[in-house]
Formats: sequence, C-alpha cells, structure tokens
Amino acid sequence: MNEKNNTLLIYTLLYFGFLYVPVLFLPIFSFNDANYMSFPLAGFTTEHYEEMWSKRNLHKALWASIKVGVVASVISTTIALFAAKAFARYKFRGEKISYGGIMMPFLIPEIILAVAILIIWINLGFKLGLVPVTIGHTLFCTPFAMLILIARIEGFDFSLEEASRDLGENAWGTFFRVSFPLYLPGIVAALLLSFIISFDEFILAFFLTGSDATLPMYMWGQMRFVQKLPHVLALGAVIIVFTTFIVLLAFWLRNVGQGKGKKDIAVKL
Amino acid sequence: MISFWRKIYAKNDNVKAYTLLSPALILIILAMVVPMVLMLSFSMFTQVNMMEIDYTFTFQRYIDFFQKKLLVTLLIKSIKISFLVTLITLITAYPVCYYIAFYVKKNKMLWLVLLTLPFWTSYLLRVFSWKIILGTKGVINSSLINAGILNEPLTFLMYSETAVVITLTHAWAAFALLPLYVSLEKIDFSFIEAGRDLGLSRFEVFWKITFPLSLPGVIGAILIIFIPTVGDYVTPALLGGTDGRMLSNMIQAYFGKINNIPLGAASATIMLTTVVIITIIVSNVTKKLTQRLT
Repeated sequence: MNEKNNTLLIYTLLYFGFLYVPVLFLPIFSFNDANYMSFPLAGFTTEHYEEMWSKRNLHKALWASIKVGVVASVISTTIALFAAKAFARYKFRGEKISYGGIMMPFLIPEIILAVAILIIWINLGFKLGLVPVTIGHTLFCTPFAMLILIARIEGFDFSLEEASRDLGENAWGTFFRVSFPLYLPGIVAALLLSFIISFDEFILAFFLTGSDATLPMYMWGQMRFVQKLPHVLALGAVIIVFTTFIVLLAFWLRNVGQGKGKKDIAVKL
Repeated sequence: MISFWRKIYAKNDNVKAYTLLSPALILIILAMVVPMVLMLSFSMFTQVNMMEIDYTFTFQRYIDFFQKKLLVTLLIKSIKISFLVTLITLITAYPVCYYIAFYVKKNKMLWLVLLTLPFWTSYLLRVFSWKIILGTKGVINSSLINAGILNEPLTFLMYSETAVVITLTHAWAAFALLPLYVSLEKIDFSFIEAGRDLGLSRFEVFWKITFPLSLPGVIGAILIIFIPTVGDYVTPALLGGTDGRMLSNMIQAYFGKINNIPLGAASATIMLTTVVIITIIVSNVTKKLTQRLT
C-alpha cells in the first residue's frame, strides 16, 4: 500500500500517548516537593530519592528480589532452552499437547497458580518464604523464555550441528562449541527478560513470601500510607528506568546475528 | 546394551524430543499440575475451625459458593469486567496494528518494540500510576479543579468498575497488540488488491477479506487477555473500591483473614472452569463466524 492514512497515524500516536503518559507520571511526581500527587507541581526536589538510602527494609526487599530473580531466571532459561530445542528441531507425537502444557502458566490466572502452590507448600509442612516464590517464578518465566528461545532457534541452520557431528565432535562438544555460541544472544535475552518478569512479579510473591518481602511486596506495603508515597514514587521511577534499560538490551540482543527475514519470527515475542 | 539404547535414541525423534522436554514437563507437573489437583481436592474438604480441616469428601463447598449471593455476583462481575476489557482492548488496539502492518514501511520492529515496552515495566507500578491519575486528588481532578472547570472532584473516576476497566485495558494492551500485528502482517496484500480490483468498497474489503484473515490474532488476543484478567487481583484491590471488587479479592480473603481454604479452593476452581468454558465457546463462535464471512 503506497497511500498514506493520516487518520490512522494520528490515532496510532494517540494510542502511544495512552500507553506512555500514565507511566511517565511516576517519574514526574517523584521529583515533586509534596506528599500529594496533584497539579500544579510544588517544586523540584531529590529528597525522595535520598530517602530511599535510609530505608533498611527496602534494601532487604531489593536483595530478596535480586536473589529470587537470578535463581528463577537461570533455572527457567535452562529448562526453556532444552524445551525450545525440542520444539524447534523435532516433529514428535504429542507436540501440541506438550507445548500447550508448558505455555499454561502464562495463560492461567496467576492467582490460581499462587493458591495451588500455597496449598501444597503448607501441607508439605514447609515454611512460606523466598523458596516457594522462586518455584512459582520459575514456573511463570519458563513459557516466556521458551518463546524467545524458539524464535531464536527456529531460524537456526541445523546443518551446522550435523557438520560438527560428522567431523567427530560428540553431543556435548557440538552443543558447547557450535549451538551454544549461536544461541547465546537469545539465551541472554531470555535470562534478562525472565529476570525482569520475576523482579516485577507481585501475585505469586504476595501469596507465598510470608514475611520475606520482595520489592513489589515492599511497595505494596508502602502504598497505603500517604506520607510514604513519595519515596515509593522515587523507587518506582528507578525501577522503570532500570527495567526499560534491561528490556531494550534484551530486545537488541534478541535480534543480534539474525537475518532480516528472521526478525518477523522474533515478533512473536 | 548401551549401544542398543544409543541406536534407539539416534533413530527416534520422539525419544530425543521428550528427553529435551523432560525438565520442562517435570517442572509443569510438580509445580502446576500436582498443586492444582491438590487444590481441587481441597475444594472438597471442610474447614472446621481456624486450624482444622475435615478431610471427608463433600461437594458442599460448591453448593456454598452458589448459595452465597456475594460470590456469584463477584464471579459475574469479574467475567463482565474481563469481557469489557477484552473487547475494548481489541477494538482500540486493532487500528494501531493495522496501521503498522499496512502503512508503516520502515523500522516496523522499532514501532513494535515501542508499543510493547510499557508492558515490561512493573504491573504494580502501572496500576499505581492510574491511581495517581484517577484519584480524588489525582492528576485529572486536580487539573480540572485548577482550571476552574470543576468545584468538586469527580468521585466516580476512582474506586469504581470504570477505573478497573480503564486500568486493565492499559495494562493488557501488549497482549492484544502482538497477536493482532502478527496475524495482520501475514496477510498477503494481493488478496486485498484483488478485492479492490473486483470493485469491493473499502468497508467490504475489510469485512470480507482483512478481518476474517486476521481472526487467528483476534482469537489469540481474546485467549490471553480474557483468561488472566478474570483472575486479576491487583487492579481491583488498588482501584476497585467496593464497586469494582472482583472474585480474586474474595479468594485472597479466604486464604487470608477469613481462613476458609476449602471454600477459597472451590472459588478458584469455579473461576477457572467458567473461564475455560467461556473461552472455548467464544473461540468456537469466532471460528464459525469466520467460515461464514469467508
């Protein structure tokens, strides 16, 4: 289509506004010198950011989120890598059902996953804490990681692996010397995005943390008190900048070394 | 012996595939299937008091659910809210994807990345930012009062079903944008040109060609928006007030302060079952509709 469509263009730009403007209010008000988030802005301050340094519980929650995020993203990306390879490489019986099953955690309301894990965890006699949260996050991140990795592996020339086998490399050698380096950008992208998903996840953490708050849990606790809101805004702004940076990095990595035609596959996620 | 197994392994793609899949399948079974089966069985027990549960099987919790007017109302309301959210998200996102798929020539990927970027920022924070916008002392109200248009803040904006619907529409946009874009992008443009050459109006071209061909994306979007939003907890808890409460908030209460785990488990089971049934119906109807349209 060579014609232009200005009505649609304007609509699309407005839609971008709808997507972005709400999120931008957090950073704007985080520099506002007032407890209420209303216009006109009261004045510029970085006080709310300084306040974050003094919050012991915040540091604890941040550390908890990092621990959970790193463990969950490493485990889920590893599991997803094998699964993605199976789907991208082989045709096999029960392919659709297996795929559907692994994608399920992505589809089922999170609260149901949370409740189900909560019931089994308590009845096994374990204490709530970061361990069940990590299990929940691993479950939740695996489908995401798998989608990213399938997109990466699908465009992959399997004759490279066959060549390596024919030249006498064993399965592990082939994996580490041929496949892994080629998958690497996809693997890093999957790790980063899984980490972000886990880092921001709230519902599973809400049901399963017990007293060890993760960062979203900490924010949830602070949101009820008006006088504590400003430093939540500052924290939120920092998280948004951090997340955006990581996600852009992951998006960029995902496309590294892939031909132009392959980019369309990557769009799937 | 080992070489015998090696041979089987080397020849059989099924064995290879399932070896690779086994970690994922074990994770799904242990962390999702078994817990959900246990949840199902707990929905058939009875909470005697705060600490004790009677483990004799009964369907009483399901009867309890449908006898409690509040729970049934909340279930219907959750479905209604999700339905509205799904519909509004689809309608608002469709033109955007249409534009990018058919009119944008350069850097399509960049447009898409920009569209999905806000989705990756914390869900909690996105919901919270709507609280800043819609609140009684929020952005909209304070601006309107300052401009002298209003004397009193608009109260219906906050703690209402409307607030929940707006926020969820914003929060789940990416899940409509991606499948819609993928299905629109796949459409062979010569079909549309053929339609035009045959003298169909723009409207007819859209309804008879473009829209039916994009239906896989529409169905995909319906699935990944409708099912999870029915169980949303954060948005109704932060913005819903009493008017915009959903079933999840009650489920949470049954596992929290009310402490009736069996009834909570039954509510969760009912929620999931209803959603699955509705989704199956919706996607089948949509498929039938496609066949008629094309």
